[in-house]
Amino acid sequence: MTGIIHSLWTTAADPALPLDRIPTPKIEYAQLSPVLIVFGAAVLGVLVEALLPRRGRYVAQLGVSVVGLAAAFAAIVALAADGYASTKSHIAAMGAVAVDGPALFLQGTIVLVALVAAFTFAERRLDPLVHGRRVDSFAAQGAAVPGSEQEQRAVRAGFTTTEVFPLLLFAVAGMMIFPAANDLLTLFVSLEVFSLPLYLLCALARRHRLLSQESAVKYFLLGAFSSAILLFGIALLYGYAGTISYGGIADVVSGTARMTPALANTTANDALLLIGGSMVVVGLLFKVAAVPFHMWTPDVYQGAPTPVTGFMAAATKVAAFGALLRLLYVVLPGLRWDWRPVMWGVAIATMVIGAVVAVTQTDVKRLLAYSSIAHAGFILAGVIAVSPDGVSSVLFYLAAYSFVTLGAFAVVTLVRDAGGEATHLSRWAGLGRRSPLVAAVFAVFLLAFAGIPLTSGFAGKFAVFKAAAQAGAVPLVIVGVISSAVAAFFYIRVIVLMFFSEPQPGGPSVAVPSPLTVTAITAGAVMTLVLGVAPQYFLDLAGKASVFVR
Amino acid sequence: MNPINYLYLSALLFTIGGAGVLFRRNAIIVFMCVELMLNACNLAFVTFARLHGNLDGQIFAFFTMVVAAAEVVVGLAIIVTFFRSRHSASVDDASLMKL
Repeated sequence: MTGIIHSLWTTAADPALPLDRIPTPKIEYAQLSPVLIVFGAAVLGVLVEALLPRRGRYVAQLGVSVVGLAAAFAAIVALAADGYASTKSHIAAMGAVAVDGPALFLQGTIVLVALVAAFTFAERRLDPLVHGRRVDSFAAQGAAVPGSEQEQRAVRAGFTTTEVFPLLLFAVAGMMIFPAANDLLTLFVSLEVFSLPLYLLCALARRHRLLSQESAVKYFLLGAFSSAILLFGIALLYGYAGTISYGGIADVVSGTARMTPALANTTANDALLLIGGSMVVVGLLFKVAAVPFHMWTPDVYQGAPTPVTGFMAAATKVAAFGALLRLLYVVLPGLRWDWRPVMWGVAIATMVIGAVVAVTQTDVKRLLAYSSIAHAGFILAGVIAVSPDGVSSVLFYLAAYSFVTLGAFAVVTLVRDAGGEATHLSRWAGLGRRSPLVAAVFAVFLLAFAGIPLTSGFAGKFAVFKAAAQAGAVPLVIVGVISSAVAAFFYIRVIVLMFFSEPQPGGPSVAVPSPLTVTAITAGAVMTLVLGVAPQYFLDLAGKASVFVR
Repeated sequence: MNPINYLYLSALLFTIGGAGVLFRRNAIIVFMCVELMLNACNLAFVTFARLHGNLDGQIFAFFTMVVAAAEVVVGLAIIVTFFRSRHSASVDDASLMKL
């Protein structure tokens, strides 16, 4: 054993290996261009923040974000058209990043979601004018104590937190790498790259700042705790396999790897694999908000500024499910008889608890949070079907769900009273009488959440449950359908509340938004209806993109 | 000394950190416990790197340190704003949203 240990130090100090013979890493910049463009735009945003005068920053930041995200989407489409999603899919950057169908599909979804979210971030017509200036939903100065003289000075001076745009872009770039990560190091670093900006964004609400800061503290402490658990899991997996690359670990799990004496010492120890694998999965389940790792979701969704909540609810879920799929399908397929029963339990608990607890909610943001937990359960049902159909149904569901979520949260920003957004459900009574259009659009989103035919929610749920049933998970599908029915109850209840009850005197009013939020809501509604009425094209697209590269 | 002992130490440190996160009430202490967990991971990485005779684990430890540093920057900023607006860093006070 000692001989093995010391071989490392003797080869590293070997004079026969001069520095110029160490190969330089080969980076395929063209294939990584979507991520690099977003990172570039984020850095540009930081420079804008540092160099431009305050009044020019808003327009510049919005321009940089929109152009950067649109360019990244164009790069993704170009890569997919070039065949990287199917025939030419391979692993770039020395085994660190996969360029394949699921990665490109999810990256495209994340970038589109972020583009729409950038519009809601930039909305400046909803709040009344402050000292003659338009303001957005973010704090005038994040560091100022709520209610203090310093904060009033910042508001009077017309400060705005335009830093949210670079933060958004950094988060997007991390989310784009997360489902494409092909080794555990990239997985961990990209997790942190997208989490840290989100923690900050949560703390930056203009109204209800105490709530917002509280949600940031909760999200940060629990997020850091979960990533520490993920990291220890990674350490154990590394100890088990002696490598951090996905393919290498999968080879050791399936027993096809070349056995070195050092490896023989540790691979005999299945405890490392089982504990390590489950800790990594726990870290990812935390990010997708599956029961029992969902406790942070309602508080964070309620406290965060609503545009941030919409972005987080949609894009984080896409990225984290992508990473979970790749981990379970590429690294641990040899272990599926061990993880499938556990994921069955998690999926059932997530669907049932999400749907049942949502029934008792009285705040619309908390309601949507619990609904997102229930949806995580439905998506997990597709993950459990270890088949290409399972992957494609999950991809489709994520695309459908994220646009519905973005649209729903964008509508929530519109319903306001003197204290900001009126999120208590009782305040929404009779909204359909006063603002039929807004209420009707929100009703469409709720029906899509409930999975009513002709909306994207139905097509997604059908695909997921079909894949699960074909994989033999019929009891899971039955539980899923029952909890969908429970969930439909509270979605319909909100619709009834909006359309069939008397408006309260002094109730909230619906703000007239700028074209930015109108675009965001329209995009959400159009995607909901198109994916619901004619889902076949997108199902085919997801089907073609459903093969992981190894 | 048998390097396996370092793995036991790392698991012990990780457990102490995890227990601290769950039982302590001060946000700063909770955060320090998270950092202890990250450092326990580092110890495990370095030990496994020595056991396997490859450098992946050592490289990983460096990345963990950088990430932990970034996390301190963000985390302390959030905790300090939280503290300044309520003059308390107790996570029990973060209960405005409890129903």
